[in-house]
Amino acid sequence: MGLMIPCPHCGPREYTEFTFGGELRELEAPDPQADFERVYLRENLPGPQRERWFHALGCRRWLTLTRDIARNEVLDA
Amino acid sequence: MSGLLRRREFLRRVPLEPRYDVVVIGGGVVGLSIAYNLAARHGIRRVAVLERAYLGAGASGRNTQVVRANYNTPETVPLYKASLELWRTLSQELDFNIQFSTQGELDLVHTRDALEVERDKALLDAAYGVPMEILTPDEVLERCPHVDLTGGGELPVLGASYHPPGSFARHDSVVWAYATAATRLGVHIHEGVEVVGLDVAGGRCRGVLTSAGPVAAGEVVSAVAGWSSVVARMAGLKLPISTHPLQAFVTEPVKHVIDGLVSSMDLYVYVSQTARGELLVGAEILPYTTYSQRSTFDFLAEAAKRVIMILPIAATARAMRQWAGLCDMTPDSSPILGRTEVEGFTLAAGMGTWGFKGAPIFGLGLAEEIATGRTHPLLAPFSPDRFARDRMVPDAASAGTH
Repeated sequence: MGLMIPCPHCGPREYTEFTFGGELRELEAPDPQADFERVYLRENLPGPQRERWFHALGCRRWLTLTRDIARNEVLDA
Repeated sequence: MSGLLRRREFLRRVPLEPRYDVVVIGGGVVGLSIAYNLAARHGIRRVAVLERAYLGAGASGRNTQVVRANYNTPETVPLYKASLELWRTLSQELDFNIQFSTQGELDLVHTRDALEVERDKALLDAAYGVPMEILTPDEVLERCPHVDLTGGGELPVLGASYHPPGSFARHDSVVWAYATAATRLGVHIHEGVEVVGLDVAGGRCRGVLTSAGPVAAGEVVSAVAGWSSVVARMAGLKLPISTHPLQAFVTEPVKHVIDGLVSSMDLYVYVSQTARGELLVGAEILPYTTYSQRSTFDFLAEAAKRVIMILPIAATARAMRQWAGLCDMTPDSSPILGRTEVEGFTLAAGMGTWGFKGAPIFGLGLAEEIATGRTHPLLAPFSPDRFARDRMVPDAASAGTH
C-alpha cells in the first residue's frame, strides 16, 4: 500500500487516486516580485508541509492537508 | 593499478582545518568532480569536501548509471555531449577503472505523439553532432530480439529512437575515482562532517558551521542534490526546487538478454542488464514531494508490470533488491549551476534525474567559474537567476526518467 490520503468526502484513499497540487500557496500576489516567488519558489524543507491534493479519481474536489515530508506521514487533514 | 585492485581504504584521514579556499558541501559525484577540477585544472588545492554520511551515500550511489547525450534543447544537448566526451576518457584521466561501457540506448515509442518527439529530438541532436537514429519495429527486433512489439498486447511499439553512444559507468567507482584523484592533488575529504549552517553576513557567505566546528571559506559550493533547498535556506535563499524520490530495483542475475538501455517513452520504464547479469529497472519519480528514501511496494509492482510489457523475459527473473534516491526537480527539468545573489555561495543544484551523467561537465564548468569568475559558456544558460529572467530551459521530455 502506498501513501493514504484522507479525503473529507470519500474517506482514506491511496495517493494514486489523486493529483498532487504541491505546497499550499497564495492565489494572488501584490506585485511582480511576489508573483515570481509565488509561482516559482518553494519551501521544500523536511518537516510539516501544508499542501494541496485533487481527488481526480474520486469526488474531484481539492483538499488541503499537512504532511511531514521528512517522514512522508500525513499529520492532519 | 586499476581501481578494483586498489586497497579499499583509499582516503587519507586529515584533520579539519579552520580555513579553506573552497568548501564543497556534499561528497557525491558532483561535489567531488568540482573539487577534483579545482585542483587538477586550476591549481586550487586548499579545498575541502564535507560529507555528512559517507561518499556516494546520496543519489550518486542510488542512480541507474546511465550516461547519454540525447537531450532536446539547444542548451542541454551541447552540455551533455561535452559531458559524454569527458566520460569516455575519465578512467584514464582519474587513473581508476570506472567500468565505462558504451552499449547504446533504445527508446521505444508506442504513440504517434512520442514518435514525433523522438523524430524532433533526433534532428536536433544530429545538428549538434549527437548520433540518433529512428528505427522501425523490425529494426527494434534486430537490436533487441526480446522486445515485445505488442507492448504486452496493450501498447504496440510504433518504432524507437536509438542512441549509439548511450553508456553506463559503475556509479560507486566514479565516486571513488574522483575522490582518490582529488585526494592525490591535496583536496581534503571529510566524511561524517555535517554542515549545520552557513556564515552569511552583509550578503556574503564567509564559511560554514559544521558538526565539527566552524570552517571559513573563500567560496562555499552546495552540491547536495535532494537536500539543496535545506542548504540554500541556510544562505537565506529559496529555490525553485521540489524533492521527489526515484526508485529502482534489480532482479537476480540472469543470462545475457539485452545490450545497453531499453526504455519506453510512453510507459516511463527502463531496463538495463548489469555486468553481473541483474536486470536493473527504473521508472518515473514519485508524483509527490518527500525526503523519505523508503522503497514502496506499489512502485515495485507497477515498474515490474511495465517492464514485462516491453521485455516479457523479465517475468522469469525474481526481484532481488529495491531502493530509492532523492531528486531535486526543477520547473524546467534542467540543472541550476552557478553563482547566486549571495556572494561566495555557488549552487550545483537541480540535479534531478540528470546529475550523474552531467557530473564531469558540471564539475569542470563550475570549477572554472569559481577559479576565474567567468561563467563557462556551456553552463551560462543554467544560471540560478534564469527563472527570474524568464529564460527557462524546458527539457522534461528528454530528462524525465533515465
